[in-house]
Amino acid sequence: METQLPNPVRPAFETPLHDDTVIVNIGPSHPATHGTVQIIAELDGERVLRTDVHCGYLHRGFEKECESHTWHNLIPYIDRLNYVSALINDFAYCEAVETLMGIEITPRCRYLRTLLSEYSRLVDHLTCIAAGLMELGAMTAFLYLVMIRDYMYEHIANLTGARVTYTYGRIGGLARDLPDGWLESLAGILDKYEEFLGRVHGLMDRNRIFIDRMRNVGTISTAEAINWGYTGPILRSTGVARDLRKDMPYLAYAELDFEVPVGIIGDNYDRYYVRMREMDESVHMIRQLMDMLPPGPINVDDRRCVLPEKSLVYTEIESLINHFKLVIDGPQVPAGDVYAAHESPNGELGFYLVSTGEGVPYKVHVRAPSFVHMGGVHRMLDGYQLADIVPTFGSVNMIGGECDR
Amino acid sequence: MAAPVLDLVQQRLAPAFGEAALAHGMLVVTLPPAALLDAVRLLKAEFGFDLFLDVTAVDWPGHAQRFEVVYHFYSTQHHVRVRLKTRVAEQDPTVDSLIPLYDAARFMERECHDMYGIVFRGNADLRPILLYEGFVGHPLRKDYAKDHEQPLVPYRK
Repeated sequence: METQLPNPVRPAFETPLHDDTVIVNIGPSHPATHGTVQIIAELDGERVLRTDVHCGYLHRGFEKECESHTWHNLIPYIDRLNYVSALINDFAYCEAVETLMGIEITPRCRYLRTLLSEYSRLVDHLTCIAAGLMELGAMTAFLYLVMIRDYMYEHIANLTGARVTYTYGRIGGLARDLPDGWLESLAGILDKYEEFLGRVHGLMDRNRIFIDRMRNVGTISTAEAINWGYTGPILRSTGVARDLRKDMPYLAYAELDFEVPVGIIGDNYDRYYVRMREMDESVHMIRQLMDMLPPGPINVDDRRCVLPEKSLVYTEIESLINHFKLVIDGPQVPAGDVYAAHESPNGELGFYLVSTGEGVPYKVHVRAPSFVHMGGVHRMLDGYQLADIVPTFGSVNMIGGECDR
Repeated sequence: MAAPVLDLVQQRLAPAFGEAALAHGMLVVTLPPAALLDAVRLLKAEFGFDLFLDVTAVDWPGHAQRFEVVYHFYSTQHHVRVRLKTRVAEQDPTVDSLIPLYDAARFMERECHDMYGIVFRGNADLRPILLYEGFVGHPLRKDYAKDHEQPLVPYRK
């Protein structure tokens, strides 16, 4: 086994541009790049001249693995794309499969998915902002945000049984309905959230140190952001209100009252503030949805994808066969291809599915916002200080799970 | 809202470049690889499809044109998506790169090259992105077994 393999990474540049510049390697295991990502940078003193970003350290063959599991069985795997807001992955994927099957979910499921999507967005943004602030030394704000996030994690665990990767979406519905008293405790958590967020606003928004580190750093213009494929909070921070929830409403978003916060110049501060404001809008939406949530079933009555009731499985042969067929062969999804996208906390999360009419997908492709953002992140790093890489990269919120798949 | 633009796109693209159909509400245009760049240029300039969403491929072993390269575009003005499909043969899996029109294509074409071995003419940087230097084969091709093992990287001395 002495074959000489090349270095796993080939940098885009190996010779410095000038006599007095130096090329350094940052990562892939660096505490400030939450996620394993490698940045090869050429520095002129402390200034970054150019960067070459490498991802893929978390690549685990997700799309290949999907081709050998039934449509249902790969839901736990879908969770592990953006593991901070796993529910949104689930719902986007389920919607793609449901479109192929021509299924319309029940009203209660539709509102519940919307509510949980917004709840997930809250958790995701809290994590992103908390980590970003901590890296700048704002430990207090970090603890406030992570504390409220943990209330939410525990609360979602009461519903789904898991803290982070929930496996809660189902094709044609959801795993289970809300437990008793869940909405009441949600209202309490939202009140707490507002109290804690007020403190973070007070600590950070006009903090001189924070503004000096964030204002006019990592700036990107709208035209450039669109050219490099940016979506989500990064695109909105440049000043345009591009949000799939408004532009191509899915789930129950068309019926909700909410605003799309935008930034001014697309720098780190704008990205921080857009996320902070988006969380407020999410809370506003969750409160509306808590009142709108209709009673009724959460799963569609369709034996092609939804398991029959347990009592029937034990007592009648048709349901038993139905159960076995769904578990062993998987739901038979009509042949065709579909692209379904949701506004995930990081941007447009799209699923491109190809079915040949079997219980196993022929192809699953994920349009992961983090991966696309990595393609253009050097535009925000080049020309700034070496120390600015940390807050800029934090504000991009790269999630290794969905970036590298 | 969305439909009029799609009608216009269909009228312009379909006769000139290929055939068009609606699939689950999305306009799908199938065209030969040679027409790709012109069609996308038209989409971007005339219909405002300014956001390059995605490129991937589908492997159909046994077909004369084995790989189907699939593109998605989004118009931030009209809020609609369009899908372009083109097919290439295994012997020469080459399509034109879309870098002249969208910089977002750089990374996504690299990924597609990694996974399927599609060559994007004009993309000078097709280094592995999700895979690593020295990886043999293209894992998302159907003839790449899931449990296929790669040459191991020796421990550093």
